[in-house]
Amino acid sequence: MTQPFPFAAIVGQDEMKRALILTAIDPRIGGVLVFGDRGTGKSTAVRALAALLPPIRAVEGCPVNSPRPEDIPDWAQVPSRRIVSRPTPVIDLPLGVTEDRVVGALDIERALTRGEKAFEPGLLARANRGYLYIDEVNLLEDHIVDLLLDVAASGENVVEREGLSIRHPARFVLVGSGNPEEGELRPQLLDRFGLSVEVASPKDIEARIEVIRRRDAYESDPEGFLRRWKREDGRIRTRILAARAALPALATPEAVLRDCAELCVALGSDGLRGELTLLRAARALAAWEGAAEVARAHVRTIAPSALRHRLRRDPLDEAGSTVRVGRVVEEVLG
Amino acid sequence: MSTSPLWARATLALRLLAVDPGGLAGIWLRARPSPVRDRLLAALPALPLPVRRLHPSVGDEALYGGVDLAATLAAGALRRSAGVLGRPAALVLPMAERATPGLAARLALALDSGAGHCLIALDEGAGADEALAPALADRLAFHLDLGPVGLREAPAFAPDAGALAAARAALRAVSVPPGAMADLARVAARLGIGSLRTPLLALRAARALAALDGRARVATADLRQAVELVYAPRATELPEPDPAPPDPAPPDQDRPETGDDGRTGAGDLRLPEELLLEAVAAALPADALARLAAARAARGARGSGAGAVQKGNRRGRPLPSRMGRIDGQARIDLVGTLRAAAPWQGVRRRERPGRDGLQVRPDDIRLKRFEDRSDRLLVFVVDASGSAALARLGEAKGAVELLLAEAYARRDHVALIAFRGTGAELLLPPTRSLVQTKRRLAGLPGGGGTPLAAGLRAALDLSLQARGRGMSPAVILLTDGRANIALDGRADRAAAAAEALGLARGLRARGIPGLVIDTGARPERALATLAGALDAPYLPLPRADARRLSAAVAAALGD
Repeated sequence: MTQPFPFAAIVGQDEMKRALILTAIDPRIGGVLVFGDRGTGKSTAVRALAALLPPIRAVEGCPVNSPRPEDIPDWAQVPSRRIVSRPTPVIDLPLGVTEDRVVGALDIERALTRGEKAFEPGLLARANRGYLYIDEVNLLEDHIVDLLLDVAASGENVVEREGLSIRHPARFVLVGSGNPEEGELRPQLLDRFGLSVEVASPKDIEARIEVIRRRDAYESDPEGFLRRWKREDGRIRTRILAARAALPALATPEAVLRDCAELCVALGSDGLRGELTLLRAARALAAWEGAAEVARAHVRTIAPSALRHRLRRDPLDEAGSTVRVGRVVEEVLG
Repeated sequence: MSTSPLWARATLALRLLAVDPGGLAGIWLRARPSPVRDRLLAALPALPLPVRRLHPSVGDEALYGGVDLAATLAAGALRRSAGVLGRPAALVLPMAERATPGLAARLALALDSGAGHCLIALDEGAGADEALAPALADRLAFHLDLGPVGLREAPAFAPDAGALAAARAALRAVSVPPGAMADLARVAARLGIGSLRTPLLALRAARALAALDGRARVATADLRQAVELVYAPRATELPEPDPAPPDPAPPDQDRPETGDDGRTGAGDLRLPEELLLEAVAAALPADALARLAAARAARGARGSGAGAVQKGNRRGRPLPSRMGRIDGQARIDLVGTLRAAAPWQGVRRRERPGRDGLQVRPDDIRLKRFEDRSDRLLVFVVDASGSAALARLGEAKGAVELLLAEAYARRDHVALIAFRGTGAELLLPPTRSLVQTKRRLAGLPGGGGTPLAAGLRAALDLSLQARGRGMSPAVILLTDGRANIALDGRADRAAAAAEALGLARGLRARGIPGLVIDTGARPERALATLAGALDAPYLPLPRADARRLSAAVAAALGD
């Protein structure tokens, strides 16, 4: 596909769009999981995000997008010292990918033609400082999942081959999408995603008509359609940049910290990751909305996305996790 | 002999696909290998794409390409083999019902990529529970069934290549009347079609129809035909044949508010929804709803039939090998290992000049991997309470014995839980021993209260345990359904019923398939509710003989 569908032109699906925008404001939120029905624009939104993200500054030609010349790993031969602006990488991790493609491997071509051992970086290197997108994440092979978990936890990719030990930073926002009917996600991987979103096809008939209308306009005349929506996308990008700038100075009142902790205790979510993510997401949301400090309303808005995938399954409670989070939010935050 | 309408639809679908292969994405063709199917497939070269055949267990290397080792070594430079997906192609997938979710996902990605692929999925599935993966079915514009078509009703068919090429050229310029999209969306909603891809596919089909007809604008007839082709096989609910007045009213009220431009110019552009619905209804087979119900039931019981898929390194269908260490457990893929080692021989020989022969290092080791179906475990939860004992504990025992014989033939594991008095008891942990099970069953005494919830809890615990050990559990509940003992042993009818329902939902939440057999003298309404909570088939068998019961279980759990 030449140009992805514009982000701003996606009809509805506000929770999904918000979650993606928040990770752009604060990458430490740690990824988004989008689960839902077929044909609801999951992959469209992620691919659209790529066009929307503000560019990053990196050393020209660096395989791991290093921000400064001194950060370039020693195995990479980067002649240039120039810092250039390049689009935030959004790397697709296809389902059938091999381990070598993910972590990188020795360059077979150079070994054969010149008898040299040279490292050929993989997808993790390319995704550094950007996004790694896995469609149908629930169908990913277990050993690739293990590998991703390991790298996501340490922020560093280590490859040992042919007597060479190669390491490079690999910090990325993990975005996964899938259809729950086709398989569950392992709890360990589930927990790695900061936010989780459930999408459904819009029930409202006018929204559905609008989806079809826009999609058709895009497919019939991509250039014209993109031109029409360019300004909207630009507006979102500007707002993301403003929110990023505002984030460090944003005040976090004691009461909000308490709210986050109480929510997590009431829901019985394991570990502290839930609290941290909830707080970070609430702060990013406050920055996005231009508030001077985080308020209870922000926590309330973001709590379902930040917590619904961290609940323990209760065999006696048939309600969906979204309902359970909603119920507890009502109880705790009043 | 006249042409079968199904055949007419199939040939039209193929011609439309030839006009817009990338946009319409493909055909889901349900048909066994037959002369009729061959006749349709013979027309595939009309597609403006090379035809490539796939196999349901096609590997990633064939799909995406990989390093071509022979050519690489011969040339001394990296040579890659091209994958099937490398170039736009008309992919033909025979035995599509056997494609794994993984393959379906890969093909779906390829269709989404906009590279211009299209897919002809040949589904040879026998029953409703064997079908193309939904992720793919959703993306393919046309769902066809050639099953009932005889060869004499299917006259030979040769698409006019010139006309198709002209239509392809004209396709981009075809315009759509305002309001058509709204109508397509509304009709889809009324037919219970949730996916938003479907209306888009119908719209594209309408465009292709207009182009094929040499018109520059989509007409009502095109929309009618497109809806008939694309929507009819996907309808999940049927609108009332004679819709009540309030039903069509809301869209009419919406129109002025939203300023919809559906009424521009003459009234002929305002496409009546009813007309489109009629077209769909006409194309539906008479037993459509019955088949829908069957399909849903099959989905509920899926996974129980064959056990869940498991990956391992011992046995089963081979998967691509992967890197690993020799640990004495896994089997080494010798060819894979040698292939991994081959490119490095030159470098290694230079590093250690003294050594002759092949230099294989631990990094090169490739291990074999296999995919296997896990064993099925049938957990029988038998009501041995006083009420059931009076009714027909004996019959239930007989049925279980018959099922056991069948389970033995299929190498299923069975476990037996009985509940009576104040609690449940695991009479027999998972086993394959038929004799032991029969003996325990015969010795099962009856009497006391009905602690249904306790029985279900024991079944849930056992199922989860079994799943932890790699089995696929299914729960078969035989009871008369009058729960009267709560989990804590109190005689409290209301609490007991509520707990049983809660546990049933718990079983469903864990994806454990089930079956509820009512052994009472009269069908018990509470038990049907329980089966609903379990999402399990409910079989009231007031005068069941053991053989009928066994047949019912086999049917419901899907052989």
